[in-house]
Amino acid sequence: MEAIILQTLNGLDKGSAYALIALGLTLIFGTLGVVNFAHGALFMIGAFCAVTLQRILSASFVTLDETRTDFLGNPMKVETPYVEAWFGPELGGSIIEWSVPLAILFSIPIMAAIGIAMERGLIKHFYKRPHADQILVTFGLAIVLQEIVKHFYGANPIPTPAPDALTGSYDFGVLLGFDPNVIIYPYWRLVYFAFAALVIGAVFAFLQFTTFGMVVRAGMADRETVGLLGINIDRRFTIMFALAACVAGLAGVMYAPINSPNYHMGMDFLVLSFVVVVVGGMGSLPGAVLAGFLLGILESFASMTQVIALIPGINQIVIYVVAIIVLLTRPRGLMGRKGVMED
Amino acid sequence: MTITRVTRRGLLRTGAVAGAGLALPTYLRAQESGFTNAPTGDTVTLGFNVPQTGPYADEGADELRAFELAVEHLNGGGDGGMLQTFSEKNLDGTGILGKRVEFVTGDTQTKSDAARAAAQSMIQKDGAIMISGGSSSGVAVAVQDLCQQAGVIFMAGLTHSNDTTGKDKKANGFRHFFNAYMSAAALAPVLESLYGTDRKAYHLTADYTWGWTQQESIQAATEALGWETVQNVLTPLAATDFSSYIAPVLQSGADVLVLNHYGGNMVNSLTNAVQFGLREAEANGKQFEIVVPLYSELMARGAGENIRGIPGSQNWDWKIENQLGDRYKGTNAFVKSFGEKYGFPPSQAAHTCYAQTLLYADAVTRAGSFNPCAVVEALEDFEFDGLGNGPTLYRGADHQCFKDVVVVRGKENPENEFDLVEIVEVTPTEAVTYDAEHPMFAGGNLGSCNPGA
Repeated sequence: MEAIILQTLNGLDKGSAYALIALGLTLIFGTLGVVNFAHGALFMIGAFCAVTLQRILSASFVTLDETRTDFLGNPMKVETPYVEAWFGPELGGSIIEWSVPLAILFSIPIMAAIGIAMERGLIKHFYKRPHADQILVTFGLAIVLQEIVKHFYGANPIPTPAPDALTGSYDFGVLLGFDPNVIIYPYWRLVYFAFAALVIGAVFAFLQFTTFGMVVRAGMADRETVGLLGINIDRRFTIMFALAACVAGLAGVMYAPINSPNYHMGMDFLVLSFVVVVVGGMGSLPGAVLAGFLLGILESFASMTQVIALIPGINQIVIYVVAIIVLLTRPRGLMGRKGVMED
Repeated sequence: MTITRVTRRGLLRTGAVAGAGLALPTYLRAQESGFTNAPTGDTVTLGFNVPQTGPYADEGADELRAFELAVEHLNGGGDGGMLQTFSEKNLDGTGILGKRVEFVTGDTQTKSDAARAAAQSMIQKDGAIMISGGSSSGVAVAVQDLCQQAGVIFMAGLTHSNDTTGKDKKANGFRHFFNAYMSAAALAPVLESLYGTDRKAYHLTADYTWGWTQQESIQAATEALGWETVQNVLTPLAATDFSSYIAPVLQSGADVLVLNHYGGNMVNSLTNAVQFGLREAEANGKQFEIVVPLYSELMARGAGENIRGIPGSQNWDWKIENQLGDRYKGTNAFVKSFGEKYGFPPSQAAHTCYAQTLLYADAVTRAGSFNPCAVVEALEDFEFDGLGNGPTLYRGADHQCFKDVVVVRGKENPENEFDLVEIVEVTPTEAVTYDAEHPMFAGGNLGSCNPGA
């Protein structure tokens, strides 16, 4: 029972990341009809926004400590962050420590700008081209973006820890009446799940309860008619692209303490996220979220030692097996709409 | 006006003639001297095949820095580095056998097929007479096999699987780096003194050649101490989030987690294990412990403070001569050369690549020939010192180097990003030496050297 609860928590947490990325992918596909293979790169750039802010806040001046020597026998260079010099070691240290949560604010304008630049600068030229062309150009863009990041940040993962107050684990077992240390779960992963739920809820509320959202939904259903009403739907769709970039970026920012960011992390998520989108149904926002959590949970359960003992290797293929089963039984995915990608 | 018509057949014919023409110099070079890519001018070309793209690109960059430094020293540049401390005094800064050393580079991408293609190109197009480098056992095994077929020497870079000098060993291939068996043999006594003999271990293992041999080795070594192996779970090499593998560990009855992971896998699985509170947890009335059998300084940087207190093993450490004395001479000379040129201390990957280049150059010089078979003969059962690892033997039976193994632990209060581990102990060569026919290395055949002609 403990294992089931633990893997359910894990699945919800994994599913949060899948759902956030898949949500952004679906927003872009649903509005612009573009299959964006650069979406994983946006997730990666989000994580590097956290790395960048951490570096900015840690920017230091160097003094020489004559009492100590470095590996070459020269006086040791001691780096002191400016924020610690300005605000004192305690407050300055806290500011640096909270760089990941602060990066949420830092990343939004950056991701929005990148989204708009991507859409206006490149992707709009491929609206009327076949999906294969869109996939090729966005995949190429993803490679370019990750190589740029690698050039500036290197190939190694960069540790980007959560604030001390949010590290450590919460003992769920005690809360549920189990023995201590039976079901413990990291605080930051719980924060990630709550954050993902908040962002997903905000996106749905935005689309459901605002006039802008209503127009976008109308445009998703029938772009031509909305255009004939004199509404500049293209401008709104550009904003939706920026919103999708922000969602992917925020997913990346908050993911940075879970796994140290590296330039390749977007690609690691991209394939899984496309499977999530396909299983959920192309163009279906609730489908993307549902499939994200569903596949996250299934992946977690498939990694249980008892399951692996029963079906060796299932942990490596479960998502794809589920995708095949769903596509065979429901070719449009769990919540797919008729006519999407069927022309 | 003349119109030239290009036909498919004509194009094919021209291509075939051009291809044969391009291949001819290589063939002639082999024929006239009896071995592949025999240097005919006043230069000799070495091929350095390292990951320049992909997840190990930083490690590859460090290897390349070391190769460049080695070439500089062989050609008489810089301060000479380890040439001054090497027990053999045949290298005098005039290149190799009087020929100036040049090099070409390839990108392994840490993919076996890409690495083979890059090595093949360096051998066929650039005339490389020796291939070295790499950061993966899968790549090393593939390139070693290619070099055996092509008739050039392969001086392996960072490869730690038992298979490289076990079931996949080749006469033309040589490994200076230690292996999974040696890591386990070196770690076992340290684990016993740190954690005792009554322990239950849970293994997470990367699902490829290196992970399998590492797990097999550390399981055998710890079970010999009296430890029990509770479970071994294979994890996909492409996995990034290990939470679902880590979560069941505490409920399994284990009190030690062994992470048979390297590179990004190691960074992520260790980070996840720490997030799940394993370092603070207690199990079976004992403090829960984590072990990472193979350490890499570059990867340790990725794991940040999560590596504090975690034991593992290394082939070499840049602080070893300062801490353990003259037995490890050569270390400080190399660190000085490397540090002054690049501004930071070298990694163990850089060290092994530098040492391999010098060992190859010295073997050629002692043999008096670039012929791979002469080089093989010169390296087999060759004993040397002064390259930073203490007295070392290149065993003839499997072309594996035998030397002391460094056991390290993540430092509690590192002073900088290059000082992340502290040396706990050095396990002497005798304790990590095994029989060439040991079951973990069985199934291979060194064969005979191939000069390629």
